[in-house]
Amino acid sequence: MVSLTEYLIVAALLFGLGIAGIILNRKNIIVLLMSIELILLSVNTNFIAFSYFLNNFVGQVFVFFVLTVAASEAAIGLAILVVLYRKRKSIEVQELDALKG
Amino acid sequence: MMNVENPLLYIALMIALLPLAGALIAGLLGKNLGRPLINTIVVSLVGISFLLSCYLFKVIVINGHPTVDDSLYTWATAGVLRFDVAFLIDRLSATMCMIVLFISLMVHIYTIGYMADDPGYMRFFSYVSLFTFSMLILVLADNFLLLFFGWEGVGLVSYLLIGFWFNRETANFGSLKAFIVNRLGDIGFLLATAAVLMFFGTLSYHDVFQQAPNAVNKMISIFPGHEVPVITAICLLLFIGAMGKSAQVPLHVWLPESMEGPTPISALIHAATMVTAGIYMVARMSPLFEYSPAALSIILVIGGTTAFFMGLVAIVQYDIKRVIAYSTISQLGYMAVALGASAYDAAIFHLITHAFFKALLFLCAGSVIIALHHEQDMRKMGGLAQYMPVTYLTFAIGALALCAIPPFSGFYSKDLIIDAVKMSNMPGAGYAYACVLAGAFITPVYTFRALFMTFHTKERVNPKLRGHVHESPWVVLVPLLLLAIPSVVSGQIMVHPMIFSHTTLLGDSIFVLPEHNVLSQLSGEYHGPNMMALEAGKTLSFWLAIAGIFTAWLFTAGVPAWSEFLKNRFKWIYAVLVRKYGFDDFNQIVFVHGTQEAGHAFYDVSDVKLIDGICVNGSGRLIRWFAQVGRLLQTGYIYHYALAMVLGIVVFLAWYVWGL
Amino acid sequence: MTEFLTPLHIIFYVFAAIAVCSAVAVITVRNPVNSVLSLVITFFSMAAIWMTLRAEFLSLILLLVYVGAVMTLFLFVVMMLNITKEYQQSGFVRYLPFGVIIVLLVIGLTIAAVGPQYFGLAQMPAPAPEPQNYSNIHNLGSMLYVEYAYPFEIAGVLLLAAIIAAITLTHRPPLRRKVQNPGDQIAVRPEDRVRLIKMPPEPKQEGA
Repeated sequence: MVSLTEYLIVAALLFGLGIAGIILNRKNIIVLLMSIELILLSVNTNFIAFSYFLNNFVGQVFVFFVLTVAASEAAIGLAILVVLYRKRKSIEVQELDALKG
Repeated sequence: MMNVENPLLYIALMIALLPLAGALIAGLLGKNLGRPLINTIVVSLVGISFLLSCYLFKVIVINGHPTVDDSLYTWATAGVLRFDVAFLIDRLSATMCMIVLFISLMVHIYTIGYMADDPGYMRFFSYVSLFTFSMLILVLADNFLLLFFGWEGVGLVSYLLIGFWFNRETANFGSLKAFIVNRLGDIGFLLATAAVLMFFGTLSYHDVFQQAPNAVNKMISIFPGHEVPVITAICLLLFIGAMGKSAQVPLHVWLPESMEGPTPISALIHAATMVTAGIYMVARMSPLFEYSPAALSIILVIGGTTAFFMGLVAIVQYDIKRVIAYSTISQLGYMAVALGASAYDAAIFHLITHAFFKALLFLCAGSVIIALHHEQDMRKMGGLAQYMPVTYLTFAIGALALCAIPPFSGFYSKDLIIDAVKMSNMPGAGYAYACVLAGAFITPVYTFRALFMTFHTKERVNPKLRGHVHESPWVVLVPLLLLAIPSVVSGQIMVHPMIFSHTTLLGDSIFVLPEHNVLSQLSGEYHGPNMMALEAGKTLSFWLAIAGIFTAWLFTAGVPAWSEFLKNRFKWIYAVLVRKYGFDDFNQIVFVHGTQEAGHAFYDVSDVKLIDGICVNGSGRLIRWFAQVGRLLQTGYIYHYALAMVLGIVVFLAWYVWGL
Repeated sequence: MTEFLTPLHIIFYVFAAIAVCSAVAVITVRNPVNSVLSLVITFFSMAAIWMTLRAEFLSLILLLVYVGAVMTLFLFVVMMLNITKEYQQSGFVRYLPFGVIIVLLVIGLTIAAVGPQYFGLAQMPAPAPEPQNYSNIHNLGSMLYVEYAYPFEIAGVLLLAAIIAAITLTHRPPLRRKVQNPGDQIAVRPEDRVRLIKMPPEPKQEGA
């Protein structure tokens, strides 16, 4: 049987890659949003793995809600992206430094 | 509860408070009441005080009333300590009261004439009476605390009076110097009081003296590893206080500057009363000092040094008041020497006779000064004997008394001191004996130099004044005459009861250990005052005095060219003497400039650089630096912020995994 | 060997490898469209893995909702924004080592935290097979609508808020821009646009 550890390792890998996408990305915001989706995916995987191994259904219920929130957050993020593009004609992350100290 | 003793206590209180009342009236109401009224009030208050003190003297000393030692008012209690306003009326304090009040009365009367033209007339009267009050408190005090009150009081009034003509810069410097040097002595006194409190648990003389024999073996280590007997430490600290007040070397530097004040106070304070406070205090503490041979030796050495070396400085002074000032310092050295030789009665005896003739000398000098319209330089005097006969006569009497010529009073007291020191076998007595003997030669030199330069030799008076010099008014002359009388006779009258009678005048106010009692050894040779005067011809000191007078005549009136010759030949000795052995220069360079430089250094380094620069401004700069560095973290880029968050996660994970 | 290499293992490893590789592709490819498509592949493989974990409903919902709706939305936006494909990732190479180290640290520490000593088969045995009439949807539904009905409703309100937010953000009312109205365009008459004016000829100027 596949042990819990292996599922968690996969989730950890996805999580790390998602974080790498956030940190190392300077090209465009779309990749940023997608990295966030990756992170959420890994968290969901964790939940489901634990829910399976612990015989507790709450994990899957939680994933349900996480999916809901992730979808709405992606939608709003993209809406903001569209407005930003209208303003600046570019979606490069490097140009978003108006809050520079 | 009225018992027999209480009336005397209240009389003593009156004696002290009447001059205070006079001071307050003169100070506060003087301008309104006018001079004649103030004169009468103040002088009569002091006069009544004097009469009361005479009565007290009669009761205590002559009739042999037992000592009165009682508390008038408890000022404070702190646990087991009680701080009382309490008077000790015994033979010593009764005698001192009488002397202080007599001189004070003379000075009050003298002031009426001397300060007649001065706008600060009322202020002066008020201060002089205030001084009398403080001195009386000092004398009558029963405990260290009240003594210190009077001690500080006389110091304060001395400051006020030296700087009386406050528009003069030199007067301000002189008064400050007097106060500061006095204060240095007071440090010693305060430390001694603290030590007394610590080791004896009480500040009252009676209790301390009772416990003194038991505390002989107690040790105190002031510097770690170095143990001194407690009584020696206390006595040395007390003597430091006495050095400040009584102008012993090296705390003598204030007394010549104090001549900036008007002459009456030079007479009162710096000749007769305040400077004798130190001597009085040591005599009062004789039960303590007797148990500390080390302290007595040190007093001998310092006293001898003062007596001789300050006399030498007096020879080269041109200001008549300075000559008498240095003479005072020298005579105080004599008194200290007597204290060191355990001849406390002789010291007090010399104190009394010195009070008379030194006050006389000062007042005569004052008379000369106002006759010459405030001219003090002896090089501009001369030949005044014909114009001011009374002054001249009284000055001569004072001078003869000072030089210990029999049968004047100074002879008895000074000779006793010289003999007592000769007999003493304390370490340092030999040196002290040599000093006082040499002083017996030096004293007439400077005294008669002053006399000859002022009253004889050719007239060097300012030409505008010639012909206008006349004798001073009677208010000035009467005190001179009244002081001249005791200067002549007090020695003869007092020498027997004071020193050589079975119960001495001061009785058990003074305590002498049998092995130190040189005066009892001297009494074997004593055959009465007249014989003592006649036997003076056998003593070395008498011939030294005659030689001194002759030398003075030689160098001033006889062959004045010789003094010039000596001055040029021994230039360096002359320079040393004129610079007063460099004490003033040392104080100026080391303490004054040192303090100023230290102040500058503290300001520049610690105040500006350290506190302002590093602490105050530095903390501001530090925060600004932090802010500027921290500002760099806010790049505005989201991925940088995310990186920071991730770093935090890494740290927490590492902590969790590895338990860092 | 059989415990180690059951068909479940093979399925799991294959899909896990695909997921990780396409996740790497998400963040590294230049073309954003390819990036989105890689994310789709990642979701597919994760859905397969979820299926092995007996979360059938959720894996299918992942495909339907996430891939079908959210990723489609991503593609729409990517297409709409018309992003040029030429520019390089500036600064990517410079910060790459540092970032890689950080990410490796994160992954390594996480794996260390969830190592087999904590969650291996000994500590967490696989549960028994489900009975025949096991229905994931049934269990999920009974839990969702009975115990967690309130959060369910709130999730709905959340979605409503998201809709309103998205529309409000991107809606450009006609007030702020000029729009063509086709009806008006067609209804235009020549007289509204052109006006013929008859003017007498001007006399010729001297020296013109």
